[in-house]
Amino acid sequence: MKNDNKTPTLDRRGFLKASVATGLAASSPFFIQNAFAKGETFRNAPKAGAKTITLGFNVPQTGAYADEGADELRAFKLAVKHLNGEGDGGMMNTFKPSALKGNGVLGKKVAFVTGDTQTKSDAARASAKRMIEKDGVLMISGGSSSGVAIAVQGLCQEMGTMFMAGLTHSNDTTGKDKRRYGFRHFFNAKMTGSALGPVLKEEMGTDRKAYHLTSDYTWGWTQEESIKETTEGLGWKTVKTVKTPVGAGDFSQYITPILNSGADTLILNHYGKDMINSLTQSVQFGLRDKQVNGKNFEIIVPLYSRLMAQGAGKNLQGILGTTNWNWALTDEGSKAFVKSFGKEYGNPPSQAAHTCYVQTLLYANACEVAGTFYPPEVIKALEGFKFDGMGNGKTEYRAEDHQCFKDVLVVRGNEKPTSQFDLLKIVKQVPRSAVEYDAKIFGGDLGPYKV
Amino acid sequence: MFKKILASNPLIMLIFSAVVLSAPIWLAPFGANYPDLLQKFAIFGIFAVGYNILFGLTGYLSFGHATFLGIGSYTAVWSFKLLTMNILPAIVLAMIVSGLFAVVIGYLSLRRSGIYFSILTLAFAQMAYSLAYSVLTPITNGETGLQVSQQDPRVLDAMAGIAVTDGIPSTNLFGALIKSQGGYYGFYVAAVLLIIAFYISLKIFRSPFGMKLRAIKSNQTRMKYTGFNTKPYLLTAFVISGMYAGLAGGLLASIDPLAGAERMQWTASGEVVLMTILGGVGTLIGPLLGTTLIKYFENIFSALNDSELHSMFSFMPEGLQNIMVTVVSPFVGEGWHLTLGLVFMIVVIFLPGGIMQGLTHLFNFVKRLVGLGGSNKVIDNMAANDTPNNTLNKHKGEA
Repeated sequence: MKNDNKTPTLDRRGFLKASVATGLAASSPFFIQNAFAKGETFRNAPKAGAKTITLGFNVPQTGAYADEGADELRAFKLAVKHLNGEGDGGMMNTFKPSALKGNGVLGKKVAFVTGDTQTKSDAARASAKRMIEKDGVLMISGGSSSGVAIAVQGLCQEMGTMFMAGLTHSNDTTGKDKRRYGFRHFFNAKMTGSALGPVLKEEMGTDRKAYHLTSDYTWGWTQEESIKETTEGLGWKTVKTVKTPVGAGDFSQYITPILNSGADTLILNHYGKDMINSLTQSVQFGLRDKQVNGKNFEIIVPLYSRLMAQGAGKNLQGILGTTNWNWALTDEGSKAFVKSFGKEYGNPPSQAAHTCYVQTLLYANACEVAGTFYPPEVIKALEGFKFDGMGNGKTEYRAEDHQCFKDVLVVRGNEKPTSQFDLLKIVKQVPRSAVEYDAKIFGGDLGPYKV
Repeated sequence: MFKKILASNPLIMLIFSAVVLSAPIWLAPFGANYPDLLQKFAIFGIFAVGYNILFGLTGYLSFGHATFLGIGSYTAVWSFKLLTMNILPAIVLAMIVSGLFAVVIGYLSLRRSGIYFSILTLAFAQMAYSLAYSVLTPITNGETGLQVSQQDPRVLDAMAGIAVTDGIPSTNLFGALIKSQGGYYGFYVAAVLLIIAFYISLKIFRSPFGMKLRAIKSNQTRMKYTGFNTKPYLLTAFVISGMYAGLAGGLLASIDPLAGAERMQWTASGEVVLMTILGGVGTLIGPLLGTTLIKYFENIFSALNDSELHSMFSFMPEGLQNIMVTVVSPFVGEGWHLTLGLVFMIVVIFLPGGIMQGLTHLFNFVKRLVGLGGSNKVIDNMAANDTPNNTLNKHKGEA
């Protein structure tokens, strides 16, 4: 490169002067920020006279769990509508004890923003941060992967923003990774194990050899652990457990070894599109027509959803699993919700939609009860809160780990569906007392109220 | 005048620093001035600037640079777990460890050039990703991601008498919390590092070393025939850019102490290639422009929904408004990839030199419009300063 003699050189003095000026200009946001910070008592507190509050709905819109995410978003929109007094009110009419008035929350209309978690922790946290820092949300809800839920829950604790988890089934969410600012209405793998155990014993006996295919992340790990604990308690043997990556698409390389493993039961710890793929491929490989050790080969999908049943079609008929909620339930709350959701979107809600809807209402109700949006007070209103009429019978938010306790449904893929949505048959409604466990078994620490 | 500005390093740095540090102000009209996105701009800016040292100067297209980003993040989080919550050791360690990995991967991959080099780096990246995702779960915590916990030993903090009693500790720089000032402090830390990183890159671009790297890009065979061993130079460039990526990874973890395997996925490696090409390969500022554009799309465009579009077009009459929303909505929200793809196509087809080439054209046009004679040369010089091709082809005589 050429050396130009006429190149101007900046002397030290000039450089320093300019640097100071730049520094001053650049630091002005600090002062703005400081002035702002003094006026508010907590992050994103609604300003006096503000007519709306904003909630953030962070769901997977792409990836293996996109179907669930789309349904969750529908439920959130419906919940916001009902909170603002539009529509027929859905479960707000059956929810008790309710402090909701149908005029928003604490007199402020509810607005919302949405984001795509991409079922990736990084993307989900970026999206949640945008909601908190840019859109000023008071509460974040959503998620269809426990990995994401745990990552966002940790962030929310750090930022001092409420997190009402959507669909997350890992024991860790309210176990070793529980947080003061995070609440889960959905059930978990431990409860699935306790609910499924007796039914498995009744239908398949005590002498079985199980083979696990497991989604390789927190949810898969804890579900495998809980199901193993249950089945081994029945006297079953575990032949092998194999971890599969999330969103693998093709599971044939994992299925072929099962044929020669001597196992007579396959347990699929998969969810969403993963489960649809692995189940369909297992059936195509002829697993269900096989006889091993003189018994029919059986497949179990511990965590079920109607959306998955829709995707898996006939392959799912007769297969056992559990769900948090099903639209075919006949209590008042479920009926009101199904009616309202069906009117709005033309199809019944999934369990993911149900839990997200309930979580939004529960948050709004807690704010009404506390009389403020100040998170520590809202948290106290939610801890130990007992309610009914939300589709699961009598339910309690346990204060020790922020886990909801309620009945769990054991279901079977319907062999004679009467409609395209009538895909799951309820085998047993396992009472809450049968799935309860000690909050201390998973360890973990909720952390402080004030952050 | 341009010529003078562009030739003077301190002046460039001054303007650059002013622009970077005042980003919270001038990004406000775009709705992009919230701390998280600002931090992303700065951090991925470092990543792209470093990547450009390899790809822009030597023309070696690495498809596995996210590996070093991931390694940097994991190293930093382990430093938070084992040593201290201070980010300085974390960042330094992140750079050292990713640099070591870059030496090994670079040494092996640089035995080939062209497409074979790209494939080799991609293979290493996929290996690293799979390792982090499942095999090395005890170190990386797999898909769930590595997080800091209250019970971690933190030897240095313990020696200094800092005990954690209440929840998970936050990262700090000698006591000042990174998340303080509503997150702006974290941005300024990253911004200062970006300025330093940019300065080093500028120095490399304008050094004999940079010249040799450009020569490799232009005609490596010829260089070898003249008795020049190109390997050490290539490896040095590879390691430098790997350390830049490690720095970016360490910073990501410093601002948000979580490291996940998806950070190393091939899509992440592809992203930095896109950033660089979109902005302008081999130009100083180009990669930064590309970064800003892509991160802006990813964070702002992806979050627009129908109701926001309606309010955006609310100045139109009802019918027209609905039409506009219908037309635009597939391109925002979940469709942001589509928009990015279109922009990328347009840039690659019409402006192979990236946004920087577009800006050069624009400058030329304005200059001609204003009627300042002889301006063409000035602008060409501006490009010549940074793009090797132009230098070698057009200005042989001048140099």
